[in-house]
Amino acid sequence: MVASVTSLGRSGLYDWMVQRVSAVILAAYVLFLLGYFVATPDLTYADWSGLFANTCMKIFTIMALVSLSTHAWVGMWTISTDYLKNGVVRFLFQGFCGGVMFVYFVWGVQILWGL
Amino acid sequence: MGPKECEEAVNSNRPVNLDLSKFSFPLPAITSIIHRVTGLALFVGVAFVLWAFEMSLSGEEGFNAVKGVMQGFLAKLILWGIISALLYHLVAGVKHLFMDVGIGETLEGGKLGAKITLVVSIVLILLAGVWIW
Repeated sequence: MVASVTSLGRSGLYDWMVQRVSAVILAAYVLFLLGYFVATPDLTYADWSGLFANTCMKIFTIMALVSLSTHAWVGMWTISTDYLKNGVVRFLFQGFCGGVMFVYFVWGVQILWGL
Repeated sequence: MGPKECEEAVNSNRPVNLDLSKFSFPLPAITSIIHRVTGLALFVGVAFVLWAFEMSLSGEEGFNAVKGVMQGFLAKLILWGIISALLYHLVAGVKHLFMDVGIGETLEGGKLGAKITLVVSIVLILLAGVWIW
């Protein structure tokens, strides 16, 4: 067994659970937005900004952003531990992915902040 | 392999690194690798989505600019690509949830699950293409 300090929860079972819970939240968010687009063919700026000004939608969006970060971490971690055999390369790749996820999260929150 | 490497290989309890290029992949293996590739693609695609999201909420002008950009063929193609990856990843993910609760865990079930994943996602991807154009 390989003991890993870079997995999200130091435990395969915990990562497995995080992956599923975040997946369900992301699926709900994506299906809601796709449904919204299909149901609103002539989308205006007023509709669109009104949707995201709603507190519920802000909470839902930030939930999706947190889920995206953790889901992507577990996913990219799995890929990197499977294919990148060199420890230094793997560590740098995981660090890069973690940085990108952090940027995505802060960027997403910042977009919602002023609405 | 020299004697030293040979000895290391025999004494190592780590799994053997198989040569994947010499394998014939069964369908469930192919659907699994596509799940990974689409996940990786989405990780990159999120940057485009956030860019469009930010611009669309920056004001009336930005919103119309995104609408304008999305009329272009290349933008539509990128959008279709991202939505296709998303739909496939979603369908393959739902299959995982079914397997987690014990549905389709047998060899036959795995093969059928892979077929269903492919068919359902291809139908959804085609529908998304029709919707975008």
